[in-house]
Amino acid sequence: MAILSKEEAKAIIDKVLSYATADETSVSVSGGRTGNIRYARNTVNTSGESNEISLSITSVYGKRSGSSSINELDDVSLKKAVERSQEIAKLAPENPEYMPMLGPQNFPETDNFAERTNAINPDYRAKVAMDSIEVSNKGNLTAAGYLEDFSGFVAMGNSKGMFGYNKNTSVDFSVTVRTADGTGSGYAIRDFNDAGLLDAKGVTEISAQKAQASSTAQAIEPGKYTVILEPTAANDLMRLLAFGMDARSADEGRSFLSKKGGGTRLGEKLFDERVNIYSDPMHPELPGRPWNNEGLPSVKTVWVENGAVKNMFYSRFWAEKQGVEPVGRPNGIIFEGGNDSLADMIKSTQRGVLVTRFWYIRGVDPQTLLYTGLTRDGTFYIEDGQIKFPVKNFRFNESPVIMLNNIESLGKPQRAGGNMIPPMKIRDFTFTSLSDAV
Amino acid sequence: MKRRDFIHLSGLGMGAMLTPGFLMMGNPATAEQLLHPGLFNAEKKALADIALNTAKSNGATYTDVRIGRYLNQFLFTREKNVQNIANTESFGVGIRVIAEGTWGFSATNDVTPDGIKKCAETAVAIAKANSIMQKEPVILAPVKGAGEVSWETPITKNPFEIPVADKIDLLLSVNAAAMDNGATFVNSNLFMVNEQKYFASSDGSYIDQNIHRIWPTFNVTAVNKSEGKFRSRQALSAPMGMGYEYLDGLASEKIAGPAGLISYRNSYDMVEDAVAAAKHAKEKLTAKSVTPGKYDLVLDPDHLGLTIHESVGHPLELDRVLGYEANYAGTSFATLDKWRSGDFKYGSNLVNIVADKTQTHSLGATAYDDEGVKCKEWDLIKNGVLVNYQAIRDQASIIDEPESHGCCYADNWNSVQFQRMPNVSLRPGKEKLSVQDMIKGVDKGIYIVGRGSYSIDQQRYNFQFGGQLFYEIKNGEIAGMLEDVAYQSNTQEFWNSCSQICDKDDYKLFGTFFDGKGQPSQVSAVSHGSSTTRFDNVNVINTGRQI
Repeated sequence: MAILSKEEAKAIIDKVLSYATADETSVSVSGGRTGNIRYARNTVNTSGESNEISLSITSVYGKRSGSSSINELDDVSLKKAVERSQEIAKLAPENPEYMPMLGPQNFPETDNFAERTNAINPDYRAKVAMDSIEVSNKGNLTAAGYLEDFSGFVAMGNSKGMFGYNKNTSVDFSVTVRTADGTGSGYAIRDFNDAGLLDAKGVTEISAQKAQASSTAQAIEPGKYTVILEPTAANDLMRLLAFGMDARSADEGRSFLSKKGGGTRLGEKLFDERVNIYSDPMHPELPGRPWNNEGLPSVKTVWVENGAVKNMFYSRFWAEKQGVEPVGRPNGIIFEGGNDSLADMIKSTQRGVLVTRFWYIRGVDPQTLLYTGLTRDGTFYIEDGQIKFPVKNFRFNESPVIMLNNIESLGKPQRAGGNMIPPMKIRDFTFTSLSDAV
Repeated sequence: MKRRDFIHLSGLGMGAMLTPGFLMMGNPATAEQLLHPGLFNAEKKALADIALNTAKSNGATYTDVRIGRYLNQFLFTREKNVQNIANTESFGVGIRVIAEGTWGFSATNDVTPDGIKKCAETAVAIAKANSIMQKEPVILAPVKGAGEVSWETPITKNPFEIPVADKIDLLLSVNAAAMDNGATFVNSNLFMVNEQKYFASSDGSYIDQNIHRIWPTFNVTAVNKSEGKFRSRQALSAPMGMGYEYLDGLASEKIAGPAGLISYRNSYDMVEDAVAAAKHAKEKLTAKSVTPGKYDLVLDPDHLGLTIHESVGHPLELDRVLGYEANYAGTSFATLDKWRSGDFKYGSNLVNIVADKTQTHSLGATAYDDEGVKCKEWDLIKNGVLVNYQAIRDQASIIDEPESHGCCYADNWNSVQFQRMPNVSLRPGKEKLSVQDMIKGVDKGIYIVGRGSYSIDQQRYNFQFGGQLFYEIKNGEIAGMLEDVAYQSNTQEFWNSCSQICDKDDYKLFGTFFDGKGQPSQVSAVSHGSSTTRFDNVNVINTGRQI
């Protein structure tokens, strides 16, 4: 088993630190089991499972740093890895942006490990695939899907007395169902820490319904439409905005958050006042990791409040240079919404387009955060509060910044792609051309 | 590594800075360790035979073994700073078998007789377990055993033998050149890859291959703070199947183009390109915003390569056509019935598109693929008509091919090999034609250079491409730089609007280092050759917005 206990991990880290002679040394050890099953054309193609454990060491002399990693944890291998890391550090050029290692930290005890995910075995994976394929077979449809699960741990410590340990699990499941004649396609995806929350059959049923309902799609003219984005679709664009809030790029004048004349747009009201975005490692539906990418404790952080930018990411280096406190990148964001269901939102729409998901999203202009991409696997025309007929897919060119100034309503947030995102009704969403793709 | 990371990487111009440190695909190593020769072939053969014999005695009807050592050295700099130097090494063995008509695969980094024996047993056990769910037994196209052979990328300078200090000097001089010429920021990177692959199969092949790839690249940004505007220009280099000699900057490999542009064939002058890039980034800050409408497009090979990749390379992957990628990359509009009709007009009569894994200096070049098939060249589109796909051994019979096309690849010893895109290239025009002469014939057009934003639907009909540089063409002449340009079209309509192709003197390779496919995702590197090509009456949109 590749999951070390807190005590086992600490003992190994301490042993490595005892071998080290560099100015500063940090050690991280992580491991776990990853399993997957993939199916297409209603039959399983591949399935596998791997157990891995890896220990990596960073040694620092002054502002020179080097790293090494190994997957054998005997004393001889550990000593060799320390020597290699120190050797690389001595040869490395100085990094003027190097920040000294952190001392002891108070990390939150996040609840991101679920025994039900840890217990997944090949039989569970086969059952997920079989349940899903059965739904597809019954409807004379064709399913292609993928399940990936992880159960593992990460521990880190350094020569300044910092130590942290976290066990975590995750499960991701997605399925595309197509009609036999290829004229309809549906998709659904879910991610959880706890596999007990995953209903693969139910997810496949949604995908199958979308496949059947989307065949015989009609073409409507591209242009500006009111759209209702399901959480998966909304997340596709919102994550690009939320994870682009880097202070350094903004200060350097090369971000949508750069201010004309210099500086950043921190504090400015950039969006509709209903926009509230935060991160919280203790959120029950979206438990995070105890520390961020730079080893600082994860804390609840408000990014956008009533439409105004409240925080941006400051690396430790950039924070020191700007004379502010560092602000770490979140593991996931929570975008607040209302209580309306998707059905309520459709009911209140006179004329609009319902979007299941987007595909092949690429940045067009980083200045305005303009992105292009296409709708996929279930796009429907809404009139007078009802879904009228499936429509052909569209290409869009749109900026999430503009979208968040064109909000009609926000529904109840749901976990999507590692974030909590509400379904969104947005007016004047820009579709620029039609696609024949199903 | 997730595909998303590679997408970030390959789209490094889109304002997203590279995040050094996430690219650790093996264990960190010293630069010197990367020069260690590794196991001798006699040792590898003995180990491979253990796998072949174990699998056979456990009931396998076919077995292949890949003992792989994968070395990477990546350097990252910005302005005057070295951000990261990553040397990685990954060594192990992957064993694939057919038992009871079903594939099984297992991999281990325990490359010892005992470790390999256990791994082979596991592969057979997995095949047998999976055979319960198998609907149709695997049919392999025949392959003649190659015996004991070897091949290496024809390089003259092994990148791993060049001192790291020299590489840092080069990148920092690139950065200095950009800053001296008006850049506000510059990131430069150097990626070097060496795959040492030993393949053995129960067909009687023992194939030792040593493959090198290199990619020098940068992103130069100019900022006008008072107007709150920024623009970037990426390198016009291509990732290549070459050694460090690609960075020699030979004058004989430069192609002088319109508007003072220089493009680079098989030898790249990185400092010269950085100087040009800084000037271009500044010029872009004040360039005219395009008027949307229909234009004739003159597409440079550094740009057209990506359009070929997305609109021809991917739709003609047979596994996509059959539905195996439906849940991820998608399927294809180029269905079997269109191919069987024998007259599906993919493009105009001028369009001849060829697949190969043999072109010298290309990223796809190897002597044998990852299932021991000798690599070759074959036609995909002939005189505009769809004539073939890309197929491997277990797919060849589906399209009535007597043999595999030799385009099977795994990105590591621990990944299972599957069908990957070979080089897919547009043949040059037969008649003498330079870019300058092509432009003379265009009344209202845009000349597009370099790789920009790209997006295409899951069946490869509708696409949108940007670029690095855009020049307006008016009455046969370049009339200045444009900005906010992207073109949208439909694959078949676009290739049928192809009206002129420059001759072989303008031909060069474009490349992409991190093409993603499969779940779990694997990457692959592939080149696309072309000469500058004209497409008529294409829809151009303006991508400028106010926020």
